Amino acid sequence: MIEFARNLRLWFVPQEIRREGGTPDYRFSLANERTFLAWLRTALALIGGGFAVDQFLPDLRWGWRVGLALSLLAAGVLCSLRAVNHWVRCERAMRRGEDLPVSRFPALLGLLVAVVAVAMVVVVLVGWEG
Amino acid sequence: MSARTAGGRDPGLQPERTRLAWRRTTLSATVAAVLAAKTALQGGARPAGAVAAALCCALWLCFLLVAHRRIRALTASSTPAALAPRYAAAAALCAVATAVCGAALVI
Repeated sequence: MIEFARNLRLWFVPQEIRREGGTPDYRFSLANERTFLAWLRTALALIGGGFAVDQFLPDLRWGWRVGLALSLLAAGVLCSLRAVNHWVRCERAMRRGEDLPVSRFPALLGLLVAVVAVAMVVVVLVGWEG
Repeated sequence: MSARTAGGRDPGLQPERTRLAWRRTTLSATVAAVLAAKTALQGGARPAGAVAAALCCALWLCFLLVAHRRIRALTASSTPAALAPRYAAAAALCAVATAVCGAALVI
């Protein structure tokens, strides 16, 4: 948590990141930026999915609909915050010449999406019968 | 830099690829904003819905501005500087704020 707070400072104080290590090859920085953007698109897709559940499954019971929509929106929030955090960590690791940080976030997100998808299949099937 | 063609162009087209990645991301943001506006304006234009829709449009414009400035920086130079953290944070916070708006609308 303290590590996250320290990274949070780096989001808004770019001079601090430049103070560490040397500037890496611009191509590495651009690749890191594209990875960040890919994660941001994933986050936006999750957020759009949350809106879509709310809009296009109107026959669901209120609890299920809101629960699914909120979990997708929450996943989108987590994903976009994590995108910036991971980008900052990668940028700093590249400047210091360290290994890139590893993360269990992709596995967790994959599991969460799988659970939500299965829940959605069940909910849609049961919802149509009842 | 050794890995350059005679014209001074990066043979891997890294700045172009990054520029297109920003474009794709603005498209995703547009889809999310359209869905948000549809949710907000569903069932007549209530004041709360109108405010949320306006907020989502403003966030979308913020995101477009960030993307536009970054794309300009990427095209201006053949070896563009790394993304500034505040741009990354601004782009991500736009997404977060849209999601928070969405949560308020859905409940």
